[in-house]
Amino acid sequence: MHELSVCTAIADAVRQHTGDRPVRSVRLSVGYLRQLLPDSLEFCWSMVTDRGPLAGSELIVDHIPAEVECRECGRRTVLDHPVLRCPGCSGNRVEVVAGEECLITSIDVGPVPASEGE
Amino acid sequence: MGRFHRHDDGTVHEHDHPHDHAEGHEPPHDDGRSSGHGDHSGYGTGAARIEVLEAIFGENDRLAAANRADFDAAGVRVVNLMSSPGAGKTMLLRETLRRLSPRLRIGIVEGDIETSLDADRLEGFGAAVALVNTGNGFGGECHLDAPMVRSALPRLPLPDLDLVVIENVGNLVCPAEFNVGEDAKAMVYAVTEGEEKPLKYPVMFRSVDVVVVNKIDLLPHLDVDLDLFERHLRAVNPHATTIRVSARTGEGVDTWCDWLTGVGAAHG
Repeated sequence: MHELSVCTAIADAVRQHTGDRPVRSVRLSVGYLRQLLPDSLEFCWSMVTDRGPLAGSELIVDHIPAEVECRECGRRTVLDHPVLRCPGCSGNRVEVVAGEECLITSIDVGPVPASEGE
Repeated sequence: MGRFHRHDDGTVHEHDHPHDHAEGHEPPHDDGRSSGHGDHSGYGTGAARIEVLEAIFGENDRLAAANRADFDAAGVRVVNLMSSPGAGKTMLLRETLRRLSPRLRIGIVEGDIETSLDADRLEGFGAAVALVNTGNGFGGECHLDAPMVRSALPRLPLPDLDLVVIENVGNLVCPAEFNVGEDAKAMVYAVTEGEEKPLKYPVMFRSVDVVVVNKIDLLPHLDVDLDLFERHLRAVNPHATTIRVSARTGEGVDTWCDWLTGVGAAHG
């Protein structure tokens, strides 16, 4: 539901790195514990980048599975549903070690367009 | 790509980054458009990949920290109150103000997509109310973020307040993602919402310090199993306090008020 404002934030951050250079693609790492839907992100991305250097750029989302580590028995488990319990010892003293990422990891830019008068 | 781990203290680091830049996408290349002219800017002009490691919520988190600094400087404690639409946040706040405003100076930041109806309902209960309508652009934002809360702060007399309650937009998804500089997160859950909500909205239920279980006066008319709800809540959040209340009859509201009052004491 908030993918639009998230895309606006991504576009603002990208522009700070790329200035006037045309952007071809932007790569994200998004954890499963973030409630960001890939389809909705792509749709909103096309809306917030309909003009300017980001127009036509692709949003590539690497989804990071949610993983917990048990403080009791040390077991690491990739979660397939959001119940924070260790399947090894059934304890609930688990720490989320992956799955909360929400990062821009790389941006592919094209060549600087030839400017007038040079 | 590498595996990025975010820890509870907010640090981010990376493991096993294999530098597999091609990874199924076109590799960086120079199409030679600038050949023969050299690069006078000192800045690459061909196609390139820019490696960044930037938190998407970074700007929000920076402003949340600024809000927090202002709250701390003013000596005011802040609770971010969230729920689905219609769970009873505004009614609970009204009953809260009725009980606490004689002894605590309270400010309210009222987030609503449109209308001042909720803010109007809080008039006359001795609190300073700053309304933030989030309805600009495409149908309105579904949450309050740190910049929106920041925009409301000049309309609150922070140094004269003890407690600020931020009544977020009714929504179980988005508000959980945005820190606004609060000391504690609370949510109102109405017993009419069903036992499965913690499993359906784990990010929200995991983010909060307290769950106010509201509308318990309706329990005789419902089949809802609150013990099952509590088990589901424990599965996603073993640490949250639950307080059973009826804002309508007043049952349990004093316990909630004690918790609110204690937010300042626990942090101060």
